Amino acid sequence: MRLTLHVWRQSGPRDAGRFVRYDVTDVSPDMSFLEMLDVLNQQLLGRQEEPIAFDHDCREGICGACGMVINGRPHGPQHATTTCQLHMRTFPDGAALWLEPWRARAFPVVKDLVVDRSAFDRVIAAGGFITARTGSAPEANSTLVPKRDADLAMDAAACIGCGACVAACPNASAMLFVAAKVSHLGLLPQGQPERATRVVSMVAQMDAEGFGACTNHGECMAACPKEISIDFIARLNRDYLKAVARPKPQAVKANGGDV
Amino acid sequence: MTPPTPPTAPTSPTVATPTRSGFVRSLVGKKVIMAVTGVILFLFVVGHLAGNLKVFEGPADFNAYAEGLRTVGAPFLARGQLLWAVRAVLLVSVLLHIWAAIAVTRASWAARPIGYHALTRTETTYAARTMRWGGVIIFLYVIYHLLDLTFGAVNPSFVPGDVYHNLVASFERWPVSAVYIAAVIVVGLHIDHGLWSAFQTLGLNRPPTFRWRRGIAAAIAVLITAGYVAIPVAVLTGTVR
Repeated sequence: MRLTLHVWRQSGPRDAGRFVRYDVTDVSPDMSFLEMLDVLNQQLLGRQEEPIAFDHDCREGICGACGMVINGRPHGPQHATTTCQLHMRTFPDGAALWLEPWRARAFPVVKDLVVDRSAFDRVIAAGGFITARTGSAPEANSTLVPKRDADLAMDAAACIGCGACVAACPNASAMLFVAAKVSHLGLLPQGQPERATRVVSMVAQMDAEGFGACTNHGECMAACPKEISIDFIARLNRDYLKAVARPKPQAVKANGGDV
Repeated sequence: MTPPTPPTAPTSPTVATPTRSGFVRSLVGKKVIMAVTGVILFLFVVGHLAGNLKVFEGPADFNAYAEGLRTVGAPFLARGQLLWAVRAVLLVSVLLHIWAAIAVTRASWAARPIGYHALTRTETTYAARTMRWGGVIIFLYVIYHLLDLTFGAVNPSFVPGDVYHNLVASFERWPVSAVYIAAVIVVGLHIDHGLWSAFQTLGLNRPPTFRWRRGIAAAIAVLITAGYVAIPVAVLTGTVR
């Protein structure tokens, strides 16, 4: 296969960045997208040029490290597939491909196609701990979870935090990510004690990071490699409303409540 | 190509306690305000249509309905009291709706300072993409609509109290009817996306609503649009004169 790549090159956070054209030959249809970039980088190194920086780790679609916008679609055109699991046979011979980083104020470009997704880590950190006994593993069935809740919690927990939802959103909103993280704990009995403070803290951190507001386009769901549904966004909204509406616990004086 | 903004300084996570001021500050809270006021305005649009369709019952009934809006609640309420109370609620709703929309839009525009070479649309709809400018169009049209049929300032022969006559006099001019039909179609698109969005924003996605919310919203939007469009069409074709 022959390909024409237009790759976003940006030497660092303060560089303006630009598209650079590369003609790649001898691409096997069986290569993964990242292997194709590895081949191009070998050629660039041979020509004493700077290789293209891109994020990757497991290359089996489960770590969430990789990701770039390929011809206007985060992770490329194939449904429910991370960039590392995308194969070159997806594209026709001679295809022209535009490769861009996730574009969001909250995801500053580190270099080329690599963005800093620490904002997601800080949103998760804002969620805080869950109250759980530590020590030896409890007996498996000591806390019963209805099958439907367990399945739904697992659907939310499938989020790998790749950021494709933000990249695909016309508003650069992180609602699908935050909704998934809020929901997978909110659906389980272990997540109940901090349920209200968790959702409020994570939503506050999401806003502080500079993500946009959800306007229900649904693009995030279409781009998500783990097929996480926007039903979780409604669940987040409901949890948030409940947390704000819920009466705050009041201190009771020793005399039984008469202040 | 504009130079990129320097990386945002890492903000340290804090555990926030649920507060009402935090609710208003948050984008989720603003969306809820937009959804609640949107539902209020939607209910007005439904009620307004139900009243307007009385135009097909003739001048006497239609004018009696308009007068009834002022005398409803008598003798407990003074003339026009309830009407003005409703108008106050609607005005506050409109202002809050617009305020929330501007705040949310500004946040979203700021969230992506450097755009894509191309971003392919896969899931979004025409209605979803036209919410912002559609809202501006509706706002401008409502001002004209009030000047035409409520205040009579731009009506060709305004007679206070004879709303049937005012309506016919205005819609007899085909450009006015054409603009009205166009505006009502924008309202229909706004309701189509807005109504199902309200379900989503208010967290109402439990069975049995969630499977049907998009279809229900679209059906309601089509019915409302058709109902409103029928009025100028009836005037232009001479059914209502």
